[in-house]
Amino acid sequence: MIELFSDLFSDYTLRTVAMGAALLGITAGSLGGFALLRRQSLLGDAISHAALPGIALAFLITGSKAPLVLMTGAALAGWLGAALISSVTNRTRIKYDSALGIMLSVFFGFGLVLLTYIQRNPDANQAGLESFLFGQAAALVERDVFVILGIGALVIFLMGLFWKEFKVLSFDPDFFQTLGFPVRALDHLLTGLFVIAIVIGLQTVGVVLMSAMIIAPGAAARQWTDRLGRMIMLSGCIGAVSGVGGALISSSIPGLPTGPTIVLIVSSIVVFSLLFAPNRGIVFRKYREWKSGKQLRVEAVLVDMYTLAAQHLSAEYPHSARVLDVMSSMSGPARRTLGLLKDLGLATQLDAKMWSLTPEGVRRAELIIQRQFGGEE
Amino acid sequence: MEYAIDIRDLTVAYREKPVLWDIDLQVPPGVLLAIVGPNGAGKTTLIKSTLGLVKPAAGSVLIHGKPYADQRVNVAYVPQRGSVDWDFPTNVLDVVTMGLYGKLGWFKQPAKKEKVAALKALAQVGMEDFADRQISQLSGGQQQRVFLARALVQDARVYFMDEPFQGVDATTERAIVDLLRDLRKRGKTVCVVHHDLQTVPEYFDEVMLLNVRRIASGPVGEQFTEENLRATYGGRVAFVSALVSGKK
Repeated sequence: MIELFSDLFSDYTLRTVAMGAALLGITAGSLGGFALLRRQSLLGDAISHAALPGIALAFLITGSKAPLVLMTGAALAGWLGAALISSVTNRTRIKYDSALGIMLSVFFGFGLVLLTYIQRNPDANQAGLESFLFGQAAALVERDVFVILGIGALVIFLMGLFWKEFKVLSFDPDFFQTLGFPVRALDHLLTGLFVIAIVIGLQTVGVVLMSAMIIAPGAAARQWTDRLGRMIMLSGCIGAVSGVGGALISSSIPGLPTGPTIVLIVSSIVVFSLLFAPNRGIVFRKYREWKSGKQLRVEAVLVDMYTLAAQHLSAEYPHSARVLDVMSSMSGPARRTLGLLKDLGLATQLDAKMWSLTPEGVRRAELIIQRQFGGEE
Repeated sequence: MEYAIDIRDLTVAYREKPVLWDIDLQVPPGVLLAIVGPNGAGKTTLIKSTLGLVKPAAGSVLIHGKPYADQRVNVAYVPQRGSVDWDFPTNVLDVVTMGLYGKLGWFKQPAKKEKVAALKALAQVGMEDFADRQISQLSGGQQQRVFLARALVQDARVYFMDEPFQGVDATTERAIVDLLRDLRKRGKTVCVVHHDLQTVPEYFDEVMLLNVRRIASGPVGEQFTEENLRATYGGRVAFVSALVSGKK
């Protein structure tokens, strides 16, 4: 691990790979945050699959593997896929999810056919196109990184420039349109940036799993913050960290494709965020539920004991645990809660069966009753 | 007289099926208008096509004598509360400030002036203490008031509100009614999609009864009749007569 880090600064290939992965991670992650909020995460999956025939056609037509050429082909095909999805949804009775599934498989299938065709042609130049399937970070050269840097910087600049417009577009497009903004044009612009963010990652991550770089960072980031700016920034950072991690690991182990490695890393971040993020995390929520549930049970048994005792002379009159069990049948056995009351100093156990409230317990029960019935005047 | 809202021959079709058919509606300025009708009557579509959100097949819309496209700054829209994702990562003040984005124009970020205006609008709906609250933590009534504040901050002349009373508590309903009356006092025209027939005579000056076609429109006292309600709702309203006879 430490060796890997020191190599990062000395090894030219590793440095190039890490730079490229970080840049595409930031771009895909931050744009993906918007896609998540607009419920368009799966559109990213369709776009990246739809890009494959574009890459193959660009190569077939130009015979070049220059990154800009292949990316242009990928972007055009990805954009066409997205446009076809929305036009099928608008003009036919086919629903969005079906249209998405159809376009994804049609474009991807066509892309695979073209790839097979290219591979059968005996041409030394064709080698490497198949790495677009699962991605190969080790294949990144400096030229690629500069392209990613240029395009990524432009995408993020535009996102910042249109920040307030994209925010309302994502939150309430109808309202936004009544303010006089060209919502359709902005929608196309954001989708266009989205396509570009996907396309610059295809060589490294691969068309099959690029959607993970779009969806996962945003989903993880949303867990940690309730502010859009922070969420998008965090999403970009998570994208960068997973990108760099996956690219470094895969390029230090020969033959390991980058896409799947990145997916494993970013998925672990998502799982961790789903479980442990404060407020929204599952663990935190369960703990809160458990705590408030416990509080409710304690109060219920306290009140039960108090009402029972009210039928006798003393508020500290003892009762058997079985009676309380029956009374609190809704909230689980009272016996466990009685133990808790004892620990809190609110009840005492007289013998194996009998329990009574302590003076402190009586006072608390009265407070609860007052709160429950006194507040409704 | 120049009408605040002047809709003529408005027809909207969805897959060849008419949703709104040949609608005419003239609303004088300074009036609170209720649009009522059964589910699927086209109430929301009427508002949306007036605001250009749904493309009409035919018809024209004038706001204070000019086409809507030239009057955008004078028109504010309160969409149905359920039309947005309230889990969106933002806070109350930010949502209200969105009402000023039209005046702010491209690329400019809201500054202190906008914040002050948004806070003032929040105070008008009794939500000034919630400015920094995440919108995911609001109750239904509070969400509705935030949407109203966002429209107030636009300082328009004509307001379109889609079911602002939907699922709100009594306190919020009261607050909204007070707000509507305040808007009327300031000469604004408010057009409200409304569901609770019982409160129509108490809250509104004019009513439009809609069921794909316009059944009737005009002053509540003249048009909110048993006959018109029956024509709008079909045989489904056994309570209609009780309702109409019970009104002031």
